[in-house]
Amino acid sequence: MAKEEKELLTIHSSISAEQPFQWSAGKYRSRFLAEIRDHKRFFGVRCPRCKKVFVPPKRICGPCFAEMDEPVEVGPRGEIMTFTILRFTFVDPELGTVKPVPYAFGSIKLDGADTVLTHYIEYADETKVRIGARVETVFEGKRTGSMRDIKHFRLLE
Amino acid sequence: MGKRVAIVGTGQTHHRSVRRDVNGQELIHEAAVRALQDAALTIRDVDGVVIGNMDHFEGINYVDCWSIDGSGGYLKPTIKLTTGGTTGATLAIAGYHMVASGMFEKLLVIGWEKNSESDTTGAISTCADPIIERQIVAGAISGLALEAQAYMHRYGATPKDAARVSVRDRRHACNNPYAQLRGEITIEDVLNSPKLADPLRLLDMCPRSDGACAVIFASEDVAEKICPAPAWVLATANRHMYSDYTDVVEMSSLLSMVEASRELWKKLNIREPLKEVDVIELYQPYSWAGLIWIEDMGLCKKGEGPRLLWDGVTDMGGELPINPSGGVVATNPIGATGLIRCAEVALQIQGKAGAKQVPDVKLGVATGFGGNWWTDMLALGKKKPL
Repeated sequence: MAKEEKELLTIHSSISAEQPFQWSAGKYRSRFLAEIRDHKRFFGVRCPRCKKVFVPPKRICGPCFAEMDEPVEVGPRGEIMTFTILRFTFVDPELGTVKPVPYAFGSIKLDGADTVLTHYIEYADETKVRIGARVETVFEGKRTGSMRDIKHFRLLE
Repeated sequence: MGKRVAIVGTGQTHHRSVRRDVNGQELIHEAAVRALQDAALTIRDVDGVVIGNMDHFEGINYVDCWSIDGSGGYLKPTIKLTTGGTTGATLAIAGYHMVASGMFEKLLVIGWEKNSESDTTGAISTCADPIIERQIVAGAISGLALEAQAYMHRYGATPKDAARVSVRDRRHACNNPYAQLRGEITIEDVLNSPKLADPLRLLDMCPRSDGACAVIFASEDVAEKICPAPAWVLATANRHMYSDYTDVVEMSSLLSMVEASRELWKKLNIREPLKEVDVIELYQPYSWAGLIWIEDMGLCKKGEGPRLLWDGVTDMGGELPINPSGGVVATNPIGATGLIRCAEVALQIQGKAGAKQVPDVKLGVATGFGGNWWTDMLALGKKKPL
């Protein structure tokens, strides 16, 4: 049996041959990322029907199935709606590396927004990371136009 | 209305964390052959095949073609469906619709996954929006942790309450020869297992499995000739909604479950599901869902899930047993998982569930969960619908 098991092969995919993708961000999310990169501010959009402010912005409000075109500036402060502290390691599909743990991430509702941003939360004392806690945005020094231009959210108080 | 439709045969593999002895096609074949044997049919009797999985777990994107040898779809109408975690349940709903249309009489529906072939968390993360979320999220575990945290905060439930759910399902799994994890665990085992993402620990979570499930749907014209006691499809409901996490502000309940179950109970004319449903196979990828989603389904009020669990209401022998098979925390070949729920409920209706049989099941419900907070539901019954 042991010998038989040993002869059952698995074929591994190549990790040296890349299969790169490039995704269109569209006008709104391009502007959203550019505003963060160039001005360290958040741009959202309001639905003309339900009046909800979507951040990140998108052209179409799914529930209303309506085009949105009213820009709204939100944040940079907000509130933790829910969170978790990651303690297990896994391969980051974007980088192909193992993310260092532990780290906190959660849903941040920026002031003026009706949706949430999913991002990292910095903490010194993990017991201070809680639902309802106030946070502010910390941007990266060198910004390139991606969600990683937001370094993390930092606990206020 | 279309034709009435019943399940006349089911088959599944013995699910394991790794099946190196078979490739994907051979794994699929095992389940397909078992379902055909169960219905005493041959592949020649089947009009078409519907197959599904989550492509990115194996990295094979034309499964409908690639799986032909295993599925029996050679020179038959064959299609693939994939809707994330709900895939298996969507397959069942689609199989029902296709046979109800009158255009197929006997349809073989197959869900499968070989989760051992990739990094599950990394692969699930590729479902996240590449512009705004993929760089941050960490697969299914972290997303479910967000829900558990919000529920705990709002309703005061504890990790011990959730542990009770895992203890129940792992005990039930001991009755299921096909389950991957067959061994009882205690509350202490769950609470002492490694913490993955607060408040979730290892034994709160489902495993990942290699496995397949096949179900044969037949129209009312032939169902009772094939099978003396078929499991009739009574109603289905499904809700797909959020595209990404940014839309999910209120996380302490599952809106798609609230909406889908409301529709299902209405179609079935059910007022008190706890009293009127005999068994549920819940697609419950982690313990907390066994509290949160049964509340959303209307089995009790919000915040009362823990009481139902501790009172044994959902245990074997309780008023409404949930997951007699051991459910998803014992076995999880993801693309098959929703279809296994459906097959298990069919076995309960047919009285063929063996050691996991709930006595006298007349009405059972199977669910699917996946994507970003999506829900699929099917109700099966003993009595042919009017």
